[in-house]
Amino acid sequence: MAILVIAEHDHASLKAATRNTLAAAAKIGGDVHLLVAGSNISGATAQGAALAGVTKVLAADAPQYADQSAENVAALVVSLAGAYSHILAPASPFGKNFLPRVAALLDVSQISDVISVQSADTFVRPIYAGNALATVQSGDKVKVLTVRATGFEAVGDGGSAPVEAVAAAADTALTKNLGQEITKSERPDLGAAKIVVSGGRGLGSKENYNKLLAPLADKLGAALGASRAAVDAGFAANDLQVGQTGKIVAPQLYIAIGISGAIQHLAGMKDSKVIVAINKNADEPIFQIADYGLVADLNDAVPELIAAL
Amino acid sequence: MKVLVPVKRVIDKDVRVRVKADETGVDLANVKTGLNPFDEIAIEEAVRLKEKGVATEVVVVSAGAAVNQDVLRTALAVGADRAILVDAGDVELQPLAVAKLLKAVADKEAPQLIITGKQAIDDDAGQVGQTLAALLGWGQAAFASKVEIAGGAAKVTREIDGGLEILEVKLPAVVTADLRLNEPRYPKLPDVMKAKKKPLDTTTPAELGVDVTPRLKTLKVSEPPKRQGGGKVADVADLVNKLKNEAKVI
Repeated sequence: MAILVIAEHDHASLKAATRNTLAAAAKIGGDVHLLVAGSNISGATAQGAALAGVTKVLAADAPQYADQSAENVAALVVSLAGAYSHILAPASPFGKNFLPRVAALLDVSQISDVISVQSADTFVRPIYAGNALATVQSGDKVKVLTVRATGFEAVGDGGSAPVEAVAAAADTALTKNLGQEITKSERPDLGAAKIVVSGGRGLGSKENYNKLLAPLADKLGAALGASRAAVDAGFAANDLQVGQTGKIVAPQLYIAIGISGAIQHLAGMKDSKVIVAINKNADEPIFQIADYGLVADLNDAVPELIAAL
Repeated sequence: MKVLVPVKRVIDKDVRVRVKADETGVDLANVKTGLNPFDEIAIEEAVRLKEKGVATEVVVVSAGAAVNQDVLRTALAVGADRAILVDAGDVELQPLAVAKLLKAVADKEAPQLIITGKQAIDDDAGQVGQTLAALLGWGQAAFASKVEIAGGAAKVTREIDGGLEILEVKLPAVVTADLRLNEPRYPKLPDVMKAKKKPLDTTTPAELGVDVTPRLKTLKVSEPPKRQGGGKVADVADLVNKLKNEAKVI
C-alpha cells in the first residue's frame, strides 16, 4: 500500500516542512502520494508534482479547504485513508492541529514528532523534552505520524508526478475562520533558517530585544527566535518561541543571547550544528552545550558583534 | 455552562529525567511531580470563565493511578468545583486511551466546553485535545491564546505559524491552552484546606466501558546523543574569527 503525505502550504506554494515529511515517507519506502487540500491550489500542486519521490499529487480544491480547518482536513484525509498504510504530516502547528483527529477517527494511535524511521512499523521520537528517545512500534492497521522536520533532510526537486483531483468531503461547518494576523517579515522562516539569532530573559525588555537582535539577524540573514521566558515576559511573539513547547530548530548556526539554557529551551535547539552563547553569567547551563561561549554583557557584546560582521 | 478540564500529573518541568540503564524507560522514582503546566493554564481559564459568570461549574478530571488525586486537589484549590479520578491503576495510558476515557466522562457530564493543555511535558505527544474533539464529533480550537464565549460559540485566538488566527467554534467544543492564554494563580492556603472538602468521585476504565490496552509498544528508551559543548572564546573578535575560519558558518 502507498503512503499519504499531507502537504503544508498556503495554496500558492508549499511550506518547507512538506519536503522533510516526504523524506520520512521515502525512508519507509513505497509509492508516496502528496495530498494538497486547499482552495485555488494550482501553485502548490505544481510544486508538489515536481518534488523528488512523489508518485502522485492528490488535489482537493474546494472552498471549505480555504482555511484548512482541522475538522475539514481530517474528514478529507479519513475519506481517503483506506488506500494507505501510512499517513504523514509535518509536526508543525498545521499538522499537530488536524492529524490527531485523523488518528481518532481511524481508531489508531498517532506517533508524534517522529525523528527517525527504523522500519515500516517502528519509529523513534523524543520524550521528556528530548532528554530521552523512545523507539516505538505500532500494531495499528494504519500508521499515523507527525514528522519533525529537523530529523529528515528535505527532498529536492526532480519529480514529475501526475496531479489527480479528489472529491471534497462534506463540510463539517463546525468552525468559522474570522481571519488571521500574520506578522510580515522579510526574515527567513524560523523553522527553515540557516542561522537563528535567539534572545532570552537576559535582554531585559522588548525594546532591548528588538534594538539588539533585529540588526544582528539582518546582518546575518538570520531568523529571530526567543526563549519561553522571553515570550512569557512579552519580549517576543509566541511563534518565535524555540523549545519543547514551541518550535524545534536545527540551523547551521544558533546564537543564544541572554538565554540561560533551561531544559525546555535546549530541547528546541540542541541539534543545531554550531551553538554560540552570549551571557554574562559563566555558570548558566547554556554554556555546557555551546561550541563557542562568550561570557560578556550582551549590551556591549551584541553591538560589537554587529560592528565586526 | 459546564466546563470540563482534563488534567495530567507529570514530572516537574525543571527535572532532568534519567534513562534507566536497561533502557526500559526513564527513572521516575522519587521525582517531583505536579500539574502539567499547560493544564494549569486550562484550569485558570475555566475558573476565570466562572468568575465572569460565563461558566456555572468547573469539573476537573484526570486519568491514571490513584496518586493523581493530588493534582485534582490542586485544581480544586484554585477554583474548580468538583473532580473526577479515572483510576486506571498502574496500566500505561496512551493518548488515544486517555481521549476515550475522557469521551466517556464527557458523555456523562455533558459539558459545553472542554479546556485542556495543548501538550503534556512528559510524553510530549500533544494529541489528547484534538483526539477527544474528533471522538466527540465536536469542533476544536487548538493552541488558544484568547477565549471569548458568546452566542453558543467560542471565539478563540489561536497561535499559528507566523502569527495568530481567530476562529469561531460552535459549542460544545474542545479548546487547548497555549502559553499566553493566561497566567495561572497559585493556590492559597485556606483554599487548599477547603479543597479537601470538595467532592472527588472515582471511576474506572471498566466502569466507563473503555478498553485502554496500549496500541504502541515501546521497544526501548535511550539517551539522546551527547553534545560536546563547553568551548569558550575570549572576546567578540575571537568569536567572529572562529565562526568564519573554524566552524565556517558565516
